[in-house]
Amino acid sequence: MRINTLVLLLALAILHLVVIFAGFIAPYGPSVQNRELPYAPPTRVHFVDTSGFHLRPFVYSQTLTLDSYKEDRTREYPLHLFARGETYTIVGIFRSNIHLFQVAEPPRIFLFGADGYGRDEFSRLLYGGQISLAAGILATLLSLAAGTIIGTISGYYGKWVDESLMGSAELFLSLPWFYFLIAVRAFLPLHLSPVETFLLLICVIGLIGWARPARLVRGVVLSARSRNFVSAARGFGASDLYLLRRHIFPETFGVLLTQAALLVPQYVAAEATLSFFGLGVSEPEPSWGNMLSTLQQYNVLVSYAWLLTPAAALVITSVIYWLLADALHSRLKSHSI
Amino acid sequence: MKFIARLTLFVCLLTAAVAVASPAPAPTNPAEELQRVDGEVGPYGGHLVIGQRSEPKTLNPVTATDAISREVIGRLTADLITVNRISQQTEPGLAKSWTTSADGRTFTLKLRKGIRFSDGYPFDADDVIFSFTVYLDEAVNSPQRDLLIIDDKPLAVNKVDQSTVRFTLPRPYAAAERIFDGLAMLPKHILEKPYREGRFAQTWTLNTAPAEVAGLGPFRVKEYLAGQRIVLERNPYYWKADHENHRLPYLDELVFLFVGSEDAQVMRFEAGETDMVSRLSAENFALLTREHTRTGSQLVDLGPSLEYNFLVFNLNDLGGKKLDATSEKQAWFRDLKFRQAVSAAIDRDSIVRLVYGSRGTALWGNVGPGNKLWVNQAIPHPQRSLDASRQLLKSAGFSWNKSGQLLDPSGRAVEFSIVTSSSNTQRMKMATLVQDDLSHLGMQVHVVPLDFRAMLDRVFQSFDYEAAIMGLGGGDPDPNPEMNVWLSSGATHLWHLGETQPASDWEREIDQLMQQQMITLNYEKRKRLYNRVQQLIAANVPFIFLATPNVLTGAKAQVGNFHPAVLEHYTLWNADQLYLRAETKGVERAGIR
Repeated sequence: MRINTLVLLLALAILHLVVIFAGFIAPYGPSVQNRELPYAPPTRVHFVDTSGFHLRPFVYSQTLTLDSYKEDRTREYPLHLFARGETYTIVGIFRSNIHLFQVAEPPRIFLFGADGYGRDEFSRLLYGGQISLAAGILATLLSLAAGTIIGTISGYYGKWVDESLMGSAELFLSLPWFYFLIAVRAFLPLHLSPVETFLLLICVIGLIGWARPARLVRGVVLSARSRNFVSAARGFGASDLYLLRRHIFPETFGVLLTQAALLVPQYVAAEATLSFFGLGVSEPEPSWGNMLSTLQQYNVLVSYAWLLTPAAALVITSVIYWLLADALHSRLKSHSI
Repeated sequence: MKFIARLTLFVCLLTAAVAVASPAPAPTNPAEELQRVDGEVGPYGGHLVIGQRSEPKTLNPVTATDAISREVIGRLTADLITVNRISQQTEPGLAKSWTTSADGRTFTLKLRKGIRFSDGYPFDADDVIFSFTVYLDEAVNSPQRDLLIIDDKPLAVNKVDQSTVRFTLPRPYAAAERIFDGLAMLPKHILEKPYREGRFAQTWTLNTAPAEVAGLGPFRVKEYLAGQRIVLERNPYYWKADHENHRLPYLDELVFLFVGSEDAQVMRFEAGETDMVSRLSAENFALLTREHTRTGSQLVDLGPSLEYNFLVFNLNDLGGKKLDATSEKQAWFRDLKFRQAVSAAIDRDSIVRLVYGSRGTALWGNVGPGNKLWVNQAIPHPQRSLDASRQLLKSAGFSWNKSGQLLDPSGRAVEFSIVTSSSNTQRMKMATLVQDDLSHLGMQVHVVPLDFRAMLDRVFQSFDYEAAIMGLGGGDPDPNPEMNVWLSSGATHLWHLGETQPASDWEREIDQLMQQQMITLNYEKRKRLYNRVQQLIAANVPFIFLATPNVLTGAKAQVGNFHPAVLEHYTLWNADQLYLRAETKGVERAGIR
């Protein structure tokens, strides 16, 4: 069990590091268009040519002829590691132009193919992950913070405070939030900058989701409140704030951690859903949701399978988080017994 | 066993009964002045299935406004003079001939004698008079009424005898016979009563009993199933015959299935459930082309359509609208050099390649190469040039800061948004390409996808937008239907609506030219006037023209006489001559029965 959790944590760390270092790993910028290469299929990386095996992989240039792409085998273009390319920044601080791998132009290297504007799907997937994962994590923090505060107050004070807070939680849970969001979008100004949209998205997803963690935290607080050691502390004259901080709040840690592991993938998917319907981050900024939105067109869906990679990324991310939540849950159970 | 055999027999009889349920064509009669048409002679029978994006709204030809209703109504009705969809010239319809007076104001039409409506009732001049009374009645509010009002005066209609009608126009009107195209002749014996009682707009809905809907088209209504389909059957009295004297149409039935979207139309066609698709997008066309070897469908690329897609800046008067941010930006939009710079920076070839998969044509004017009669070949087609754009911007007082952002003469960064319809993936793609093109000039452009109605509301009513990507045209190649776009008082004068008088000298000149071409009867002279209009539009860039798609259509290999056209309705205009080759006749297909 222990190893399992470690492996999952490691996988999660790798996933997030890859996304954070998107600028370094991705060969191109997320919105660089190659207008002569629309829907180019994934570039094949070769090791073998007519003269035999090469240690340094190479690619051929692709050209569009009417409806299909052909590799031009007359010239090989080797892959260069740690080569200079476009300038990028990492977490908005470090500027560099060294990329993990590059191919000298004219050919491009599209590991996961290109979209309808000839943009590299692999690069967009990494950059898009920044928005999607950050939205998921930040929204989770927000909703857990709101949920914890409301849940603790509700569980600790009980009576009418509890009734009214939990009543409104129920109301929130029953809200048809998707239609609600569409309505909200109609009242906002015509165009918001990508940063504004991103923050708005986090607030909306995070604040709508406070009800479930609040109910869980309330339950834990409710049971902790009547424990003997809490009553004893109260008998010694401990203040409410001291009791909450010292004795009751630590009880909720386990629940919160499991909730976080469950909520992150859920909110990543929520971001994808909103962007899929054009309510999230707008072109040309990528996010997993708006990358998938081109698949709404039937011909794209049936013709260009590589454009499904964001969906695969979503599934992988969700599975890792859920397994982690499961592992955390069983560890907690074994601890508390 | 016996029971099963009986059941099989019963089922066979039942299917046979369904198959013969469509009326046989009435034998031709020498007293009828039928129109003989050229084209392959086909066998009778079969039903042709077409997928429609949505249900028609009405079957009333006078009040219908949407293309989907017209697609069905067009098969149920006929007009006096019609525009041949292939030659784009007028030819006889219900009127077998016509003469024009020397001053170009009087048209005398000779109607075909002995022909009948689809309910067997004879057609004559009284029906024509009645039809025009209805079209001209303001209370009916027909969208076609505008065409029949010239200089605020309606055209006058007089009956000369039972088979002759005379139309008098208030003044000479170029290509006047084209206005008859699409004006369906109505059965007076059915519609006069509801018209007199003021119930005309409520007649001929989808729920009207089929027997009460009669027209002069090749088909008549058989059944309508809400949300599923409308079935038309042969009009046994139709007034056209092939050159072997078989009365048309060949098909027993025309079935319109309501499928929901263009993608659904394509899927149904791929699955073999429908026989024909009109107006495919380039991507779907490419998809069907890839499967061509398996299906053997007839896929036809008819070349450039008559539509034009364009970028338009909001040049409306915003006084009292509380849109200060937009009205500040209008200083840029009003600057001709700014508009020219934007136009020069747009990579139209990429739009054609990425949006239309190379099945389209770049545009620099409102008349594209698809309109061979009216296009002005002298309009320049400058190559995309960012240098030229920068030069223009510089000469207009714009400059760039260190990070490459474009600043206007007062030092504000140039930033604006483009609204476009979120349901139109092609225009969305154009907007994204334009956004990228203009970013090379240091302009920050936001693309705002909006619901189609919400966008129209902003463009036509509230004027709360900065720029928009839209499309117009596509109807008749003649310049007259374009009047409402280019006249400064026109209802679709998009960039500046509601002008009480021309806002600029060139708009004034266009007004004069358009008015003049309308009353000029000589084609050469009209062409010269319209050439000048196109030249003025291209020079003053009220619209930044982008591209036009090709008209792409498809039909199953078995469909005979499939001759699609660039004009509406692209594939069904000759529905009376379409036939199914023997292999498929009588074959029951999934989803139909």
